[in-house]
Amino acid sequence: MALSTSSNFAKPDDAFRAIVEAHRGLSDEQSADFDAALVLILANHIGDIEVLREAITLARRRMIDASQQQQQQQ
Amino acid sequence: MAQADTQAKEPAKTQFGYRRHADQDRSGADVAEHAVVVVGAGPVGLSLSIDLAQRGQSVVLLDDADRIGEGSRAICFSKRSLEYWDRLGTGQRMVDKGVVWSVGKIFHGNSQLYQFNLLPEPGHKRPAFINLQQFYAEAYLVDRVEQLPAIDLRWRNKVVALEQRNDSVALTIATPDGPYRMHARYVVACDGARSSLRQMVGAEFAGQVFEDQFLIADVKMSAAFPTERWFWFDPPFHAGRSALLHKQPDDIWRIDLQLNPDADPVVEKRPENVRPRIARMLGHDKFDFEWISLYKFQCRRMDKFVHGRVIFAGDAAHQVSPFGARGANSGLEDAENLAWKLDRVLRKTSPESLLESYHVERTAAADENIRESTGSTDFMAPATRQEARLRRAVLSLAKETEFGKRMVNGGRLSVPSIYASPLSTADSEAWRGGPRPGTSMPDAPITASSGAPMFLTDAFVDRGTGFALVSFGNGSAVDVPEGVGVIGIGGEGGFVDSEGLAGARYDAEPSTAYLLRPDGYVAARFRHPTRAALDAALSRATGHI
Repeated sequence: MALSTSSNFAKPDDAFRAIVEAHRGLSDEQSADFDAALVLILANHIGDIEVLREAITLARRRMIDASQQQQQQQ
Repeated sequence: MAQADTQAKEPAKTQFGYRRHADQDRSGADVAEHAVVVVGAGPVGLSLSIDLAQRGQSVVLLDDADRIGEGSRAICFSKRSLEYWDRLGTGQRMVDKGVVWSVGKIFHGNSQLYQFNLLPEPGHKRPAFINLQQFYAEAYLVDRVEQLPAIDLRWRNKVVALEQRNDSVALTIATPDGPYRMHARYVVACDGARSSLRQMVGAEFAGQVFEDQFLIADVKMSAAFPTERWFWFDPPFHAGRSALLHKQPDDIWRIDLQLNPDADPVVEKRPENVRPRIARMLGHDKFDFEWISLYKFQCRRMDKFVHGRVIFAGDAAHQVSPFGARGANSGLEDAENLAWKLDRVLRKTSPESLLESYHVERTAAADENIRESTGSTDFMAPATRQEARLRRAVLSLAKETEFGKRMVNGGRLSVPSIYASPLSTADSEAWRGGPRPGTSMPDAPITASSGAPMFLTDAFVDRGTGFALVSFGNGSAVDVPEGVGVIGIGGEGGFVDSEGLAGARYDAEPSTAYLLRPDGYVAARFRHPTRAALDAALSRATGHI
């Protein structure tokens, strides 16, 4: 596993809050634009295609879980 | 071969005549037998035929038309293609006529995002690219064909039936005088994207279809644009879409405009509708149309490039989007890859299985070309709102960050593939650089023992484009297998590495040696070559292991 999923920030709340606050006052459309730019900036900073792929897999798993949950509810 | 390059000033001949051949007068079981029949006299079929003929094979080359098609079509010919054409005796003529370029610029709206140089270093015989209308390239190749008695080029000969036998292929050919038959030990299908031979062998040709339409216009005008590749995202003259501008010989400019997927091709193609768009782009309307065409494209390849005794090359075998100059150039790489292998198989100096390496190497290259050109196309024509959003983010980041500029994809231009090949001998020593096995030979300036400046690629052509050993330092001391030419650099009586670039590009130490294949790819390399090691590498590279 190349992707680090242990907690890396000394104050994780600050990191979460910084992202949340960056979205304040933006429309949904603007928020989506902002996220797209942020993802690209962070991906380049990581600069490791394996780490990026693992991060994508981890994020995609939420979509799969969500669609399975939906199916179970139906 | 210098002789072939002396006709640069003559106009290009594009109309040819059908001539009846003695093969057509045979009847019944008396059918002509030929070693190789190449189908399709486009850039790939012509180049392949010349290559085979120069290696001593007799070739029958068939084309269903009797003229070379109009319009620019393929226009960007790569350094690698020019180096191949140098071996075929037509490189200089192409370069003399063509427009040389190496710089590309990408614009977004009114502003330039970035520029790239595809060949920033000196010391190469050939430039990164030339732009040349496909009909010139074909006409020059036909002229070369006509110098080679071993090639029998038959216009208006259309293959209408094909039957694979154990030891040959039986072809039925339609002509203005009616049909005739011939047998070939091998048939090479270079008959283009709509290949009828592909259908005759029943091969699948599935892939991704792109819905976006593109309009090409060849425009004649005097203009002071530099000889660079200019690409626009969302230009002011063509809002929301992309555009590409290239200079060609004869004051012709090639313009590619992306249209909406729902655009009506008949309406879009009318000159009165094209003219205002291009006038907005150029800022004036002092131009004439030479040619207007509309296209959609697909990215796809055949599963197998070798079907028994029928071998596929060029667009017949694979198609890509046009952004990246990967169509004609990859077809020419197919030809150079196949010619020497087919020659050896016909001579029985290699087993038929050598042809399998053509499939392995060139399908991997096709996959790479499809991957690259699909990436470019997806970037130019985002399929979803989120893709469009990500592209917008990249274009916006490109204005202030280096990584953003590098992510902007207005076409990734053709470079030779690196083959993971059964013909390569893996490195067993330490290398800090230089071309690893499976890589095409880098060029470098050298000096002949006479003092004349030349290039490494010249020396390779002079050795007859068989297997060659590029040997640094004490090259004369190496015991070389029969049939392998020696290009000694820096040793006694050899070439001089006058600028030190050959040594640098090949990570050379005294006695370093590279074994080159007849297509100029590295088969193996050694710090201290021995006869046994060279024999083994040669055996592997010729399909004997």
